[in-house]
Amino acid sequence: MSYTFQFRDVFAAWEFILQGVAMTLYLSAVTMVLGLAIGVACAAGRLYGPKPLRVLVGVYVESIRNTPLLVQLFIIFFGLPSLGVRFDATTAAVITLAVNLGAYATEIVRAGLEAVPKAQVEAGHSLGLSGLQVFRHIVLFPALRMMYPSLASQFILLMLATSITSQIAVEDLFHVASIIQSRTFRDFEVYTVIGVLYLLLALVFRGGFALLYQLVFARR
Amino acid sequence: MIREFGWVDVLYLVFAMRWTLALTATAFIGGGLIGLVIAVLRVSRVWPLQAIAVLYVQAIQGTPLLVLLFVFFFGLSIVGLPVLPWIAAALAFSIYAGAFLGEIWRGALDAIPKTQWEAGSALGLGFGEQLRHVIMPQAIRMAIPPTVGFLVQLIKNTSLAATIGFVELTREGQLTTASTFQPFAVYLTVAFLYFLTCFPLTQWSRHLERRSYGPA
Amino acid sequence: MALLEIDKITKRFGTNTVLDDVSLTVDAGEIIAVIGRSGSGKSTMLRCINGLEPIQGGRITVDGMQVNDKATDLRKLRQQVGIVFQSYNLFPHLSVSRNITLAPTLIKGITEAEGREIAREVLQRVGLEEKLDAYPDQLSGGQQQRVAIARSLAMRPKLMLFDEITSALDPELTGEVLKVLEDMAKSGMTMILVTHEMGFARRFGSRLVFMHEGRIREEGPAAATLAEPRTQELETFLGAVLH
Repeated sequence: MSYTFQFRDVFAAWEFILQGVAMTLYLSAVTMVLGLAIGVACAAGRLYGPKPLRVLVGVYVESIRNTPLLVQLFIIFFGLPSLGVRFDATTAAVITLAVNLGAYATEIVRAGLEAVPKAQVEAGHSLGLSGLQVFRHIVLFPALRMMYPSLASQFILLMLATSITSQIAVEDLFHVASIIQSRTFRDFEVYTVIGVLYLLLALVFRGGFALLYQLVFARR
Repeated sequence: MIREFGWVDVLYLVFAMRWTLALTATAFIGGGLIGLVIAVLRVSRVWPLQAIAVLYVQAIQGTPLLVLLFVFFFGLSIVGLPVLPWIAAALAFSIYAGAFLGEIWRGALDAIPKTQWEAGSALGLGFGEQLRHVIMPQAIRMAIPPTVGFLVQLIKNTSLAATIGFVELTREGQLTTASTFQPFAVYLTVAFLYFLTCFPLTQWSRHLERRSYGPA
Repeated sequence: MALLEIDKITKRFGTNTVLDDVSLTVDAGEIIAVIGRSGSGKSTMLRCINGLEPIQGGRITVDGMQVNDKATDLRKLRQQVGIVFQSYNLFPHLSVSRNITLAPTLIKGITEAEGREIAREVLQRVGLEEKLDAYPDQLSGGQQQRVAIARSLAMRPKLMLFDEITSALDPELTGEVLKVLEDMAKSGMTMILVTHEMGFARRFGSRLVFMHEGRIREEGPAAATLAEPRTQELETFLGAVLH
């Protein structure tokens, strides 16, 4: 085995790497907010909406959950322009990731809302609370607590999945890796370092979500 | 050499699916073996073994699959193996699947009440006998729905092997796009083919989950 | 030599001492009723006897085998000592017959056919011969508990431990399980029962052991001890149990 590992060139590009990290964090943050909003809206539509809306949400959720993110990305970035809809790479990435996360979030939010016992809702109504009041004061909090762990792990999966947007040349952490690789030819080293960085990001996310849980939910 | 996207191309895409399925099957078998070891290590009562399993799962689940693929792809030459996309993909996906299946199966083993282990050990069964005859047969029922669910994830994720040049369904789609310049039609077809494969599995997994625990 | 010798054992969970300097000797054929409040250490003592819980001090010897010794083959020990739990702990995925034959076929190397004969015989002893091919969830709680007893008997143990085996049962199902215990008592089986059934203890117990805060507080002939408690704690306990 004559291969000598050489990390120096890789670490020399640290500023560049940081830019990649920033982009990955930006993509993750924006899509988490958008995806969650889509998820809440669609879950509400699926649970309380009229029949056609429920069917529509069902079709959306199933078509996203049963096709690869990479192909979804290609459809939006490469496919839509032929219909005259054109996005720059970052916008296409945000749209795809948000739409993708939205489908998973819909299922998680729906399951959380459904898990609140019917008796609780009935108890609220019997006290004379309105539907909205019941939702706001009785359903929301326990439902949020129930869906939180699933959402948190879905968010971490999403953060890791932002790497896929490098395939349409979004300049995220993974894309930065391929650029450094083409400059230094230290391919194995580059991807190992990048892998460790993602791992650290995942740990930070996990720690952050756990802390947030403690702050919001653990006191009661 | 630009041509229309026609039925012949659809047929090519369908044929390319065999590589998607072959990679899925390989990763499922390889990952299944790794996952079994990981799950058993996790329920073993030896903490260093548990720690190894936890570290493995945490590390793999905290790394993007794309990174795993590239590390293996470029790592092959370092350990003296031929740099073939097929080998890199098979290794990376097996290791990836091993972490997720290991975690799913550990969950199933953990879900069996401690008293079942104890009843086995009170009858004089050893750890292996308790696992094999008492715990696993019960855990398997619980593990099947999430395992089928993960199979869907695996099928979809094999699309990433396209990025290292492994010609499966998605890569074939890229190649078809290059020669027809009809990305919308091509990728929609590709997505539809994935859907046709995954959706029945998703439904099956849901059906299994709803099924209650009855006599065998 | 006594069948069971517990010699000054100590058992701690973390800093919490559950058994403190407990000693007890049991001869073959004896029936020991162990009573006491929950948390007094009685169940823990049973679990220590067949090695389900490690002890921190003292020693336990069963039929010449030291339980808390690394060199002891726990599998051998457990062929001598059967235990039946409050929650039956039958294997839900196996038929009654297979529940019973699993350990003998794996450990004693007998064939499935021989095992089935043993299953038939032990089920007969608990009055459930016709349930040979039933599954646990098709049985009532009392029947499941009787199968659990039969499963232990199939190993031909010299000592049987019963850990509050009627506590999870409805009152009308308790009787059928006590009946099985009576039959076993009459057949000369050595038994240690952790129990709340004072009537059973009085009639069949050869000795009574009262545990209090991790120690054996009082010990003596069952009927006499129940009739004339010597310590304040036992008197209070009996007063609470018998109203």
